[in-house]
Order: sequence, then structure tokens, then C-alpha cells
Amino acid sequence: MPRTLSAPVTVAFDYTRSTGPVLGRFFTGLRDGVLVAGRTTDGEVVVPPPEYDPVTHEPTTEFVEVSPVGSVTSWTWVSEPVAGQPFDRPFAFALVLLDGATRPFLHALDVASPAEVTTGMRVQVRWRAERTGSITDIEAFEPAADGDGDGDERADGVPGTPRTTLDPVTRIVTPVALDYTYAASPEESAFYRGLAEGRILGQRCPTCAKVYVPPRSACPADGTPTTDEVELAQTGTVTTFCIVNVPFLGQRIKPPYVSAYVLLDGADIAFLHLILEVPAEEVRMGMRVEAVWKPREEWGTTIENISHFKPTGEPDAAYDTYSQHL
Amino acid sequence: MRDVAVVGFAQRQMQDFDGSPTCVELLVPVFKECYEQTGWTRRDIGFWCSGSSDYLAGRSFSFVQAVDAIGVIPPVNESHVEMDLAWAMYEAWLKIQTGEVDTALVYAFGKSSAGVLRRTLGLQLDPYTMTPLWPDTVSLAGLQARAGIDAGLWDEQAMAEVALRSLTDAEKNEHAVRRGGSSVPELLARPLYADPLRKHDCAPVTDGAAAIVLAAGDRAREVRDRPAWLSGISHHIDPMSMGTRDLTRSPSAARSAAALDLTGVDVAELHAPFSHQELVLHRELALADDVRINPSGGALTGNPMFSAGGIRVGEAARRIWAGESDKALAHATSGPALQQNLVCTLGAATGSTTGGHR
Ligand SMILES: [Zn+2]
Repeated sequence: MPRTLSAPVTVAFDYTRSTGPVLGRFFTGLRDGVLVAGRTTDGEVVVPPPEYDPVTHEPTTEFVEVSPVGSVTSWTWVSEPVAGQPFDRPFAFALVLLDGATRPFLHALDVASPAEVTTGMRVQVRWRAERTGSITDIEAFEPAADGDGDGDERADGVPGTPRTTLDPVTRIVTPVALDYTYAASPEESAFYRGLAEGRILGQRCPTCAKVYVPPRSACPADGTPTTDEVELAQTGTVTTFCIVNVPFLGQRIKPPYVSAYVLLDGADIAFLHLILEVPAEEVRMGMRVEAVWKPREEWGTTIENISHFKPTGEPDAAYDTYSQHL
Repeated sequence: MRDVAVVGFAQRQMQDFDGSPTCVELLVPVFKECYEQTGWTRRDIGFWCSGSSDYLAGRSFSFVQAVDAIGVIPPVNESHVEMDLAWAMYEAWLKIQTGEVDTALVYAFGKSSAGVLRRTLGLQLDPYTMTPLWPDTVSLAGLQARAGIDAGLWDEQAMAEVALRSLTDAEKNEHAVRRGGSSVPELLARPLYADPLRKHDCAPVTDGAAAIVLAAGDRAREVRDRPAWLSGISHHIDPMSMGTRDLTRSPSAARSAAALDLTGVDVAELHAPFSHQELVLHRELALADDVRINPSGGALTGNPMFSAGGIRVGEAARRIWAGESDKALAHATSGPALQQNLVCTLGAATGSTTGGHR
């Protein structure tokens, strides 16, 4: 048996970002099939345009269109692509100096093998058919149609005024998802393995004798590793609670219901669980409760083995017994 | 300026930490070593500062749970940076300069192996124009390596020589996760991974934690006969975008070095997670040819995220304590392709380089 339990976890969030006037102009251009660069006071023509001038620190206000054709200034081969990259098969990342720009631009280069890439090779943008105003509107660069590496065909950057558009891109949505193998600490692993046997396990600090559940690897009070395993009672006291009245995404129980801190008998820290089998308005501080387990065939190594807590019917606990845990 | 020295250092480096991303289990023994080295308890520490990242941990406020490893009754004076240990040390150095505290324990931790590290670090990039393409750390370094090769500044042979020296030196480092030199031809015969990089040109994915103890004046002299006095610290930053800088250079590293007095440096611990980056740094820091580079083996042999830069400081300090060096340089980097750089000098003699603190 491995020392610790682990499970896959995906953390995902769609970030909505306002673009501001400079990147908004760039993304509007991408959507319309045009590459917009910024001209800085030190004479550079930069794609994507920097939001602020690197010398004067003033907002970038001068924009020029540059060519969708350019030359590779550096490249690397992605032999093992990771999730989210432009291709899920090997490809190149490249820095491309677009004709008319003075600084290279980072994007993917779609070729079948590293033998097909050289520094200086001529490449062109391959636009995505459906464009929304984001960096991925460029599917990738690909070898230029007439790519003989001869710089004579370079068009100068088209100076002056890029076309104006009636519906500029003002915000972008970027989904971000990261995958982890999430591991519990050895003490937490013992806790979850205990739950799979219908037991609630904590750890006692050898220095101050406090019992933590779920267990912590070190006592937060004095920093001592919590070495002694303790099996706790399945009964406890409600220390504090809230009545959930607000529906939210992913909610499993119909509101109103009670989420409460339960101080298990023998523990020195309360943990959060549900109080059911009692009208929400009757739940109170000091109420004595006991764990209600799901049917054994549904158990896993999870706190969800305990379905909820319900009142024991005992008299309420005296305030002194839980006043230190509020 | 108050004289501040590194007086304690402990580290753990491993390929795969079998425990939670809070690394509390790892930090407890690291702190214990620091207490043993200094003879202090947690109550002797005036200030705590940690370096870590929620993106490595995959959970929010991960540094708050790590505080369990300190013990906070009575409450402690604590802070955090979403940066490498070296920057946490910089904050602690500043705190000691204010006169509010005389001692600090700075620590860092990270379980890089919980996710796909080179991908996770894509979230360090510009979220509008870079992250949506997920250019991974190794690819960005590959672009940098190629730029230098094409410019004739280094070649694959020179990169392999860096890797060979690192792997050979790491044979004497019990903490290294990769070690064992062979030969330059043997290294060059290995397959390309991110052309022009081979796997040995790239730092291994490493989990771990490290801690450094700082003390001012007589508090430092209590602990060590030869404290490693921090004589100068400087850090600078280059643009994040890959296109707006010359990737064969690291102006921020050069500028950091220029603010310090590097005369007499005999050992340099450089945080170069890719072999060619050591070559960039060697040039930008204008190190003399006889300066001993990365006797620990460096980041190519173990690169625990958020600790590895600070480990360079700790390794440099150990040489001073042992009398093997009179003046050492330590460097830490962060961001894509040497974007941010911190350089500090440590010496057996007190006296600050005030130029470093402009
Ligand atoms: Zn305790």
C-alpha cells in the first residue's frame, strides 16, 4: 500500500478579461484577419503591441499593420505537446519576424518534423476559419507558399491607419484548466482509510495533547509533528452553524439546510458537516449530534461516507464545553 | 545599513514527494535542522517569510496551511511571496534593515510533480497573448538556446560541457536528484528533447523545500564563527514578452551585477535551469574565468520550484562557513527565459555594498 492516498483533480476556470484599447485593437485585428503592431518611440514595430511605451511609459497610440508573412528568427521542437497547446502532435514553436515589424512574434509553426524548419525560413499566418478576437485566431504559421527564403518579396509594413471597425473586441474569455495528481498527507491518508472502515481518526499533538480531525501533519499551535493516532467518538456538539438559503451551482440538497461545525467528543478542533433530520430553524449551538453513515456498500475513502449528522436527542452541551472552539 | 548574515540553511530535494502539496511534513524536519544549526527555537525567530505558488499546489492559500509547520502560539510575524525563496529572503533582509527584528527564518516549498510543471508555469506568462498558446517552459528555453546558437554565442558542445560539469559535481551533493558525469560525446549522442535541448540541458522536475536563517550583527556572531555576511543584494526584471528582448542576453542580470562589487568573488552559485542559461549568466555577470561555478551541481541536477534560487544562496553560504570561500555570489531567476534575476554577494567580512540597494 502506498504511504499516501492520491486522486486526479482538475482545477478549471474561464477567465473573462477586458482587453483595454491597445490589446483590444490587436485582437480586433486578428478577428478581422489583420496583424496590428505598435510603434514605440525607440522606433520598434512590435507585435503584439505593448500597452505602454518601454521608453516614455505612455500608452501606445501609434498602430501599423504588418504582413502575415515573415521569417523565423528562432524555433524549438515540441516533441511531447501538453494539453492546450496549438497541436496535440509534435510541432514547433517559433519566433517570427513579420515583414514590417522589427521584433519577432511567438506562435506555433505547423510542420511535420524538425527537419522542415530552419532559422530564416519564410512562413505565413494560417488563419482560423471562425475567429473571435483572440491569439488563437491564428491557427499557426505554415511554410510560405512561395517560400524560397528570398527576402526581396518583403512588403514594407503598411503605415498609417489600420481600418476602423464598428464592433471592436473589448473582452476575451480564456479557459484555464490544470490537471493534478492530488495527494493527501500521511496523516490525512490514515483519516480517509479510517473512513473506509467506518472509523473517524484524528492525530494527537505529543506536546500540547490537542487532537486534530481531520488530522494535520504538524500541530498548528506549536509546530510538533502529530504522531499519535486517536479514534474519535461519532457523537459531538454543534459549535456554530449557518442556514443555507441561497441556491448555487452544484448544490446537492434543496435549501434551506444547515452547514455546521461539529466538535466531535475527544477532538480539539471542529469540522464542517451537514445537520439533517431536523428542521433548519431548530438547529442551535450546543446541540448534540451523531454521525449518520451511508450504506456500507457506498463507502469509499471519503468524508462523504458520512452522509450527515443528526440530533441525538440528548440535552444540549454546556457552553463551557465548546466555548474555546468558536 | 545593518550587517546581516546567513547563519542557517537546510534543504530537501526529491523527484516525487509522497505527501501533500502543503509540504508540512517536509518543512518540519527542515526547520528542525535550522534550529539545530543555530541553537534557537521558533521563539528566537523575529520574522518568517515563505515562497511558494498556489498554481503548483492546485489549491488557494496553500502557504497558510504550511504555517502549521511553524506553530503559531504565540502568534508569529509572517509574510509570503509568490516567488522563489531568494525573494522571500530579500523581504526578510529588508525587514531586518528596518530594525524591527534581528532574526528571520525564510522558507519555500513546492510539489512540482503534482501537475505537469512545464505547463503549469505557462500561467506565469502574459494571459492575453501567450498563455492561451500554452508555450511551456522548456519550449521557451529552447527558443532562447537556438537564438544563441544561431548568433554564434554558444553551441551544443558548450551546453553539454555545462551539463557534464554539473552532473559530475552533483556526485558530491547528497541532495541532487540527478547526478553522474559521463563525457561530452556521450551527452551529445543522446536524443534531442526540445530541439536544440536534450533532457540533460533542462533541469529535472523536482519537489522539495528549503529554509535559510538570517541574523543581524551579534546575533549572527552568536551562531557562527564565520557567518556568511550578505554584502549586497540587487534584482531587476526584463520584459515578459519573448519578442521584445534579445534572448541571447539578460540585461536584468547584468544590471543586478553592476550594482554590486564582485571583486574577489571566488565561487558563484547560478540558478540556471537550462544549460545555455549558465552561459548567458556567465557573460552578463562578467565572472572571471577562475570563479568556481555551481560546485553544488546547480539547478540542472535539482530544481525544486520556489526553493532552487534560495538554495543557491544557502550553498554559497555553506562555502563561507566552511572557509572554502571568502566571497561568493548567489543568483536566482524567475519568469520565462531568465526574465527576472536576483544577485547577491556573501562574504566572510562584514560591510555592505551600498550600491546594491539603490
Ligand atoms: Zn501541539
